[in-house]
Amino acid sequence: MKRIVELTINGEPRDMTVETCCSLLDALRDDVGLTGTKKGCDVGDCGACTVIVDGQPVNACLMLAVEAEGCTVETVEGLQPGVDTLHPLQDAFMRHGASQCGFCTPGILMMAKKLLDDNPRPTDEDIRFGLSGNICRCTGYTKIFDAIKSAALEMEAARS
Amino acid sequence: MRRFDYHGAETLEQASRLLTDLGDDTFLFNGGTDLLVEIRERLRRVRNVVDIKGIPGLSDITYDETRGLTFGALVTVGRLERLALVRERYPNLRDALASLGSIQVRNRATVVGNVCRASPSADTIPPLIADGAFIHIYSRTNMRVVPLAEFFTGPGKTVLAKGEIVTGITVPPAGDNSGKAYIKHGRRKAMELSTVGVAVSLSMDDGVCSDIRIALGAVGATVLRAPAAEAILRGTRLDAATVKSAADKAMEECTPISNVRASADYRRDMVGVLTGRAITQALEASA
Repeated sequence: MKRIVELTINGEPRDMTVETCCSLLDALRDDVGLTGTKKGCDVGDCGACTVIVDGQPVNACLMLAVEAEGCTVETVEGLQPGVDTLHPLQDAFMRHGASQCGFCTPGILMMAKKLLDDNPRPTDEDIRFGLSGNICRCTGYTKIFDAIKSAALEMEAARS
Repeated sequence: MRRFDYHGAETLEQASRLLTDLGDDTFLFNGGTDLLVEIRERLRRVRNVVDIKGIPGLSDITYDETRGLTFGALVTVGRLERLALVRERYPNLRDALASLGSIQVRNRATVVGNVCRASPSADTIPPLIADGAFIHIYSRTNMRVVPLAEFFTGPGKTVLAKGEIVTGITVPPAGDNSGKAYIKHGRRKAMELSTVGVAVSLSMDDGVCSDIRIALGAVGATVLRAPAAEAILRGTRLDAATVKSAADKAMEECTPISNVRASADYRRDMVGVLTGRAITQALEASA
């Protein structure tokens, strides 16, 4: 059974024609062509597929595409403020070497964006709690935390 | 993913009819954080899912001083977790909510879904039972209200008949001088199923415990009350010796099994440790 789903992805109105049993993750990757969102475990354990739906981060693998009807979805492709401009988090991740194989990075970036949007000056504990649903098997997290703290400072400086 | 058909219900009656008429292998679909995993890992054979998220009136959260907190079937774990009211008046439930899965999971998973899944290790069940919660059940012929402590009949099993749908849960208000605690014991802090979970809700009257409920998670076929331990504590000042003997009694009352997460002996020992700790924590919170 196929169905047309209308939603907003990264600020643009889109249609997806999907099987009703298709996950939002598969729809984003295979139908919309946004392959920045990664499929790690496909059962909600790893956080690689984290996208922001109506302002809240969710595992795109644990949501059916049909459930996104009318929703606003933000993926890592929407993080850049403009062509050739990086989000402060992306810039900080590059400078701090916070990405090794990179598979977890899109999910962690989306989670970190939500964290800093809600809490511009997070403590170490806030960052650990905020990223507790995202697994990185390369970095040991230290450089990820450094990058997020650095981005938080830059974003605060840019606002003042 | 194994294929299945999706049905979006617009009313409770329609959802209930679909659940009975579509035959076996038809399941109610709410947050989906458990069901989609079970489908993908082929743990459950599913031909049809009936989505209740389009049904109006199931997303409300209300509170008043006499009735307490009522939340609908569609209220997510994350939404309840972020509510100041829950943090202030139901800190035990709040701790359980904040320890379930991850932030991403909590933004999809519903509290009612966690309860209806009827896992003995479900985090939200012990504090809700310790607080004396009720569950509201719709069927096409009548509505019924069941104490949550009587809702479960085994692991993954409840009193729900085919076509019945849980519409919400009511948690009575905390009285004056009440104290609550939920302690989850696991191998790690995040993305963890509890090895043992202990919830205690108590009321103190002039330094004497007038009422107490102890609920034990992951140490039986369902979340269990510990009535004999509670009886030892009621009417006492909850001094250290009484708390110790009640904690020992709770160890006798639980019926843990050994599995991949812990042995039965370890679980029983932890019931003793955590029951004592949770009573002390609830007592401190009541002051």
